[in-house]
Amino acid sequence: MPDYNASKFYMKNSYYSNRKYIIIITFIIVGIIFALRLFYIQVIDRSYTLSANNNVLRYITQYPARGLIYDRNGKLLVFNEAVYDLMVTPNHVKNIDTTEFCTLVGIDKAGFIERIEKARKYSPYKASAFEKQISKEAFGYLEEKLYRFHGFFVQPRTIRKYPQSLAAHLLGYIGEATQSVLDKVPYYKSGDYIGISGIEKSYEEELRGVKGMKIRMVDVFNREQGSFQNEKYDTAAIMGKNLYTSLDAGLQAYGELLMAGKRGSIVAIEPSTGEILAFLSSPTYDPNLLVGRVRSKNYQKLSNDPVKPLLNRALMGQYPPGSTFKIVNDLIGLEEGVLFPSTFYSCQGPGTSPIRCTHNHVSPLDLKQAIQQSCNPYHWQVFRSIINKKEYGSVKNAYNAWQDYVTDLGFGIKYNSDLPYELDGNIPESEYFDKIYGKGHWNAMTIRSFSIGQGEILTTPLQLANLACIIANRGYYITPHLVRSVGSPKSYIERFTQKHQTKIHSQYYDFMVEAMFQVVEHGTAAWYKLDSIPMCGKTGTAQNPHGKDHSLFICFAPKDHPKIAMAVIVENAGFGSTWAVPIASLLIEKYLTGTVKRKDVEQRMIEFNMISKP
Amino acid sequence: MSQKQNIFANIDLTLVIIYIVLVLTGWLNIYAAVYNEQHNSIFDFTQNYGKQLIFIVSSFIIALFILVIDTKFFSQFAYLIYGIFLLLLVAVLGAGNVVSGSKSWFQIGGFALQPAEFAKFATALAMAKFLSAPDINTHRNQTKIIPLLLLGIPALLIFLQNDTGSALVFSSFVLVLYRVGLSGNLLLTGVGIALLFLVTLMFDKIVVSGIFIGFALVLFFFIKKNRKNILSLAGLLLLIVGFVFSVDYAFEHFLEDHQKTRINVLLGKEIDLKGAGYNVNQSKIAIGSGGFLGKGFLKGTQTKYNFVPEQSTDFIFCTVGEEWGFMGSVIVISLFIGLFSRLIILAERQRSQFSRLYGYGIASIMFFHFLVNIGMTIGLAPVIGIPLPFYSYGGSSLLAFTLMLFVFIKQDMNRLQLV
Repeated sequence: MPDYNASKFYMKNSYYSNRKYIIIITFIIVGIIFALRLFYIQVIDRSYTLSANNNVLRYITQYPARGLIYDRNGKLLVFNEAVYDLMVTPNHVKNIDTTEFCTLVGIDKAGFIERIEKARKYSPYKASAFEKQISKEAFGYLEEKLYRFHGFFVQPRTIRKYPQSLAAHLLGYIGEATQSVLDKVPYYKSGDYIGISGIEKSYEEELRGVKGMKIRMVDVFNREQGSFQNEKYDTAAIMGKNLYTSLDAGLQAYGELLMAGKRGSIVAIEPSTGEILAFLSSPTYDPNLLVGRVRSKNYQKLSNDPVKPLLNRALMGQYPPGSTFKIVNDLIGLEEGVLFPSTFYSCQGPGTSPIRCTHNHVSPLDLKQAIQQSCNPYHWQVFRSIINKKEYGSVKNAYNAWQDYVTDLGFGIKYNSDLPYELDGNIPESEYFDKIYGKGHWNAMTIRSFSIGQGEILTTPLQLANLACIIANRGYYITPHLVRSVGSPKSYIERFTQKHQTKIHSQYYDFMVEAMFQVVEHGTAAWYKLDSIPMCGKTGTAQNPHGKDHSLFICFAPKDHPKIAMAVIVENAGFGSTWAVPIASLLIEKYLTGTVKRKDVEQRMIEFNMISKP
Repeated sequence: MSQKQNIFANIDLTLVIIYIVLVLTGWLNIYAAVYNEQHNSIFDFTQNYGKQLIFIVSSFIIALFILVIDTKFFSQFAYLIYGIFLLLLVAVLGAGNVVSGSKSWFQIGGFALQPAEFAKFATALAMAKFLSAPDINTHRNQTKIIPLLLLGIPALLIFLQNDTGSALVFSSFVLVLYRVGLSGNLLLTGVGIALLFLVTLMFDKIVVSGIFIGFALVLFFFIKKNRKNILSLAGLLLLIVGFVFSVDYAFEHFLEDHQKTRINVLLGKEIDLKGAGYNVNQSKIAIGSGGFLGKGFLKGTQTKYNFVPEQSTDFIFCTVGEEWGFMGSVIVISLFIGLFSRLIILAERQRSQFSRLYGYGIASIMFFHFLVNIGMTIGLAPVIGIPLPFYSYGGSSLLAFTLMLFVFIKQDMNRLQLV
């Protein structure tokens, strides 16, 4: 029996015994499938390593201090102040004493909920700002107790402070980078600061430094567990570079004082170097207003103000130059040989045509007298002779040549120096007139307003000040710029040392210097000449279709080896000699002698107020 | 004396060595998984790794004990042991504690005992005993039904504990049935049904049915158009479409939400990063970030900072993957595959049918745990909470698997004396 059963078993067993192979092979196949899958997720697919790091790593940005800004004498114009942003990671906020927290931070329960919801909408598991720029006191309280409030931490930041409260337009301000910036420049992340106007903007890259990064390991409860790989990947923040400007803070402040209550602008340049000494637009505002948390509120107020304090008139104000432009035509005429110091033209005063004169003086008069007394008909003749010069063959050609000279003297162009949002004024092309009047259908008479700096001609205060520089230098200018050096006081910027030589010969400039000296000694600016300093200048009264004439004055001093060249514009203030001249002369007195003796003039300037309501 | 020397003479060292290596490396991985700096000694009994040592030592003692008792003990008392654990499975439904949603534990002193783990061992014994009966006739209906009952009753009881994962383990015995003659075609049909099941869940039931109808139409053109063929084809098509619709219906109405979610997460239909998806996602991240050589012992950031839930139990393999990388993972997998294969090979050389079928039984059980546990950690199997043999922290699991293995080692040791 057993034998039979045993063999029956063996038969049956061996019948199916090969199935062991199938079973073992199944085991092996599963093992191989697992190995392949493991190979894929461990070796080939790198996204898991990234996710692992996302779980475990917290990236803490190290924000560098922004570069400081100094004036030419080392006075601090802009510096940094520490502030603190309170950050939150919504998913990690659990079991906190909301009441106590609200008291510490200084908000109410509704505000707390509102802020958490906003952060949660941004991302539930990434940190975002709960409250920006909390006060120093709040930071002090929180720093101690923050460990009790899971999910919150403090991020140190800096904001700008302006100890001198001047040059708001020039220095500009910073704010958070907008979406379009974030899209274009990957360096900036949401919440980063960036310069928005002034030299904060044009020197943004130098000022901002380089962000650093600390990487910390965190556990599943977002508690810091230590550094990552012994800080191998940590980078230190690199401080921003300081800017050393050519601005003279004292001169700037004095200018802003004199211009208070008036609309207009002053640009003062050191002719031999092109360095800008003062650069102001009035009305102005305290730059400390556009800092930090109060910025948007104050910005709203300022932009709604009808006198437009935010407008930078020095760079973006485009004015008809008026009589100051006569110098340009004179220089061109001299160079072209259609005008000589001894050229005489007659003037019948207010009755002259096609352009009448607004001054009373001798007739006929020569060039020097015409400049001194700013005679309109004389200069009309000068302009006409330029445009009608036979050698050019046509009005159009002559005009093109004229336009060349004007551009060469720095008008109708941008200087592309270190100030953003520059406008280039307007010196029309001959094609412009072709279009309006038809080809060949216009001549000097048609555009006679150009002879006295009116019509379509527009210039900026910067361009006018630059003209003063050209004459002060007897024939060249250096691109007007504000920043002398970056990083350290002696690291001068190369491109701002080149001379732009103009086409007009220096002997004509010599003549012009003399003529402009006479303007101040005996001419339209004589009221305000300075005893000890020989000053040269040219007044201008620009007709303004929207209101009263603008008051202009360009000047430089002292006559030989000039140290300062300036353009002053006071909008809607009437004759150039009434307001622009005294302001300019006070500034020059202050700059060159250190004090102002004519207190009565000073008082009168300060008190003259066109803006404030009665 | 000489008898004593003979006791251990035929012990299969391969199995014993693989066992010891797995248990010890498993212990090290538990240490890494729940590493606590304040209690950094691996012998600290307040921590899981210290406790696992107690379980390991107990298991070694049990193993030794099994090796010295009478060889015929287990085959003789198979049904008794089976009955005892069946009773315990019923008892735990009344007197047991609920842990993680399943009422599967007895609290005895400071330790917890899980009868389900031992029930797997007892079932292996009972199945082997029944199927090795000398006068067994596999064609009688009674012979076909009783094994299903032997499997089904403990599975049902465990299912009632709400431990669906352990209940599913009993399906692994199909490999034993296959070995004794269960039709391979039946097995393949079973696999086919399972695949159809998956396809139905993954894709829309209308689309799937449509595809099969299309298949049938194409087939229609190629077959001999006699009555038998047409009826068979139509009948099969009806069966398939019916199956597709019932599966879809069953999925919607008979599964609990969290079970539906787990399946959907596995199929990639849902991402559920908070619940079931979170576990697998973190698990894949932990393993995937291990790279080729791993991050090193105790240096796994995901496990160190507790990003993977259940890291010392169900997801213990994550520690292996993260700290030992691809190389380490492959080595561990190879050890397991080696263990299972060795069991099959040794089972095959048994003269005793009982020993043979018992060997196949425990190999199947362990293989199922391996398949589902590791598959789950790498996203190839749904999240079913069953332990990795010898690796997952837990006294009942380690003891039960040790029992299972050493009973077989004992049977194998004395194979020449058994019939």
